[in-house]
Amino acid sequence: MITRKSSLFLVAPAIVLLGLLFLYPLGYSLLWAFRDEEFGGWGLQNFIKAFGLYSNDILFTLIIVTLSTVIIGTFSIAIGGYLTLGENRVALLVLRWLYRWPLFIPFVVAAQLMRTFLAKNGMMNNIIVSTGLMEPLQAASYLDWRGIVITFVWKQTPFVALLVAGAMAALDRSTMEAARNLGAPRLRILFEIVVPQIATTLMVGLILSYVVMMSVLSVPLMINAQTPTMITVDMAWRINAYSDYGVANALGFISYAMTAVIAWVYLRQGVREGGKPA
Amino acid sequence: MTILRTTVTAILLALLAFAIFGPITNMLIWSVAETWYFPAKLPQSYGFSFWERVFRPQGNAMESLWSSVLIALFTVLASLAVAIPAGLALGRGSLPWRTFFLLLFLLPQAFPSIAVHMNIARIFYGLGLNGTYLGVVLVHTIQGLVFSVWIATAAFAAVDRELEEAAANMGASPFTVFRTVTLPLALPGLMASAIFVFLISLDEFTGTYFVGVPDVTTMPLLLFTASMEGNYQIASITALILLIPSVGFMLFIERFLKSDVLAKVGS
Repeated sequence: MITRKSSLFLVAPAIVLLGLLFLYPLGYSLLWAFRDEEFGGWGLQNFIKAFGLYSNDILFTLIIVTLSTVIIGTFSIAIGGYLTLGENRVALLVLRWLYRWPLFIPFVVAAQLMRTFLAKNGMMNNIIVSTGLMEPLQAASYLDWRGIVITFVWKQTPFVALLVAGAMAALDRSTMEAARNLGAPRLRILFEIVVPQIATTLMVGLILSYVVMMSVLSVPLMINAQTPTMITVDMAWRINAYSDYGVANALGFISYAMTAVIAWVYLRQGVREGGKPA
Repeated sequence: MTILRTTVTAILLALLAFAIFGPITNMLIWSVAETWYFPAKLPQSYGFSFWERVFRPQGNAMESLWSSVLIALFTVLASLAVAIPAGLALGRGSLPWRTFFLLLFLLPQAFPSIAVHMNIARIFYGLGLNGTYLGVVLVHTIQGLVFSVWIATAAFAAVDRELEEAAANMGASPFTVFRTVTLPLALPGLMASAIFVFLISLDEFTGTYFVGVPDVTTMPLLLFTASMEGNYQIASITALILLIPSVGFMLFIERFLKSDVLAKVGS
């Protein structure tokens, strides 16, 4: 009913907006990473400076984000797996109600919650001490790399778990039930029947999560802004303190590259397994 | 065996509940703590004097609350203005390279956004848009664009074509069909996308951090500043104000996003 021409006309405003506010600044950031703004000209000066100043932070970022992704994946499989294969009705009801709470809580709020919860005198240590599992003197602050990982996992697990649980619920149950009737333990059913079938959904969820964590500024700023820290903090610092867009854009380029590597590994895996990745 | 299994399940669920509600409880306590000094496990005194400070009509907290709500409302308007026609074209029209266009809107989700944001800020600075409401609304609109376009597309695609044809056969003009049949049927999906975009705008931090300075302070920025200054009461109250709509949306999303629309998202 709507012709080709009017379809293009209708989609045009959204495309123009995307072009002006995303594609243009994206191109700008890619290009300006190679611009020497002090002396003019183009080259790798910004990258040399970025690696010289922040190589520790680059490594730190990669480790934190990768570690968080792995933990999020593990928890998501555990939650989705129990929701699919669990048999205790009450536990299923409680879990289904419980796990989604942080889903839409913004990072800045999650960071504030953890800033008080994980502090040396925070609620977590207080409760562990009250249970007698730890001496008061042993209480330590978790507001370092562990705090960032905990906050990321807390905030992002519900999102991936929701996708994974949805994909698992849509699976054909007959193979699972057949395996169960033959006496296969549920853990084996989970890893040999269920997880392989939802691997694509899991990977898509984890990659989206990885990209999000790679660009969060508030969490590292509020949980752990001393060195080593995440490169998002360094980018903000280069701009606010020195107006140094060159090095900031070089760091931005590195964050794109770290994302691209993950996406590439995933696509290659898909090709090797002989199937279409998505 | 069964008893052991039940006990283990119960303990794991209790740990999960502690992990999820522990931090939230800690924030709730901070929001009503008057004085809380190290090493006390609980506040020395409770009260609402910080709530009065936050909700004082002339205070900067109320100002940033209004800024946040105003920006979120205009972001929703801007998103719907481009997403409704785009959704109509993608969900109903005969658009060439449809998949390409759908994926194009996903692109902002595929790149770490912070590097894009700082360059938007630089471009906006040249245009005089830094520190203006318009600048912040534009940044928030692009953040929510993939969701508004994809959900609108799914909402229009889920509308039953036979109803439209029936209206057209009875002599209704294309615009009347759209106004009286297509749009009302797609409305629940569009509402869901509007609420989602509102929430994205309300919670947005990084874009506002770069583009909003120095004049536009939203709730997330106020929370950040208060927290960095060590003012945990103000930070916790602000966090609570931001938490309520997020949790509400999580609990009620299924009412807005019906499964027939949800099944068509991204297809």
